[in-house]
Amino acid sequence: MADSNSPRDGTLTAPHVLEFNYTRTVGPVTGRFLTGLRDSRIEGVKTAKGRVIVPPTEYDPDTAEAVTDEYVEVGPGGTVTTWAWVSRPRNLQPLDRPFAWALIRLDGADTAMLHAVDAGDPSAMKTGMRVAPRWRDERIGMITDIECFVPAQ
Amino acid sequence: MSEEASEEASKEASNTITEIIAPCRLDYTIAAGEAQRPFLRGLAGGKIMGQRCPRCSKVYMPPRGSCPTCAIPTQEEIEISDHGTITTFCIVNLQFYGQAVEVPYACCSILLDGSDLPFFHLVQEVAADQVRMGLRVKAVWAPEEERKPSVESVRYFKPSGEEDAPYDSYKEFVS
Repeated sequence: MADSNSPRDGTLTAPHVLEFNYTRTVGPVTGRFLTGLRDSRIEGVKTAKGRVIVPPTEYDPDTAEAVTDEYVEVGPGGTVTTWAWVSRPRNLQPLDRPFAWALIRLDGADTAMLHAVDAGDPSAMKTGMRVAPRWRDERIGMITDIECFVPAQ
Repeated sequence: MSEEASEEASKEASNTITEIIAPCRLDYTIAAGEAQRPFLRGLAGGKIMGQRCPRCSKVYMPPRGSCPTCAIPTQEEIEISDHGTITTFCIVNLQFYGQAVEVPYACCSILLDGSDLPFFHLVQEVAADQVRMGLRVKAVWAPEEERKPSVESVRYFKPSGEEDAPYDSYKEFVS
């Protein structure tokens, strides 16, 4: 505890951090997706009905049946289907400057994937806009291997 | 599958991502509030402060600002002795990640003289198999320059050398 400089004189405050870093197994389907990301490749999986799910799931969200073992590379470009502007990013969010959370339907996919868009200003964001991934140089097989998406032609 | 092919397959498999470390972190700033503030300031000054209920006269340490029995505010601040009695205890035998103390060690419920609420603290300078109900203990304070508004100002408790407290003197507080 420390005496803070709070305007309310005499307040005692202290930082309190709760941190749990879980090691979790990802399963065969997400594992394949993450392995693809490490190699700068985005893959979706086909359902029995022929829809392409990105990121891939083990089961078809419409029918709850197991997906096929057919994987297809999608993107890298995509279309923003909806978005929300984050004017004050918090610690550990993808970017340290204002950005948009967006659902992005990658070319060849039938579902949209959540990621950050580094657009600079909310006036640069529009539903239907085209975006492309900005890959990290060092990739480890995490969704953060895509640093963010950026507006594209 | 030929041996070569199976080796190749296992190489391929080991190259596949099978697990991730999923981070989860919450950064809070906590404020002590009215009741805890004098208690924490007291610790910085080498004193243990509690609050007395104006109706039932029970003394609470650490103070919460109200009496849970009478449901009324407690405002009277009183200084409490740093000597007390072990009411119950637990011997920790397992080492776990982030543990600061060597096993085995004793976590004890301690009833300070003049308080009506036992609290949990570390007891050291006694073999784990010598820790017992009724054992009299006293606070070992951090050096003055290291004291702060935190329970860490009391490093731990150790046997005070006094005769064990009779069971009747603390039986109300054994739950």
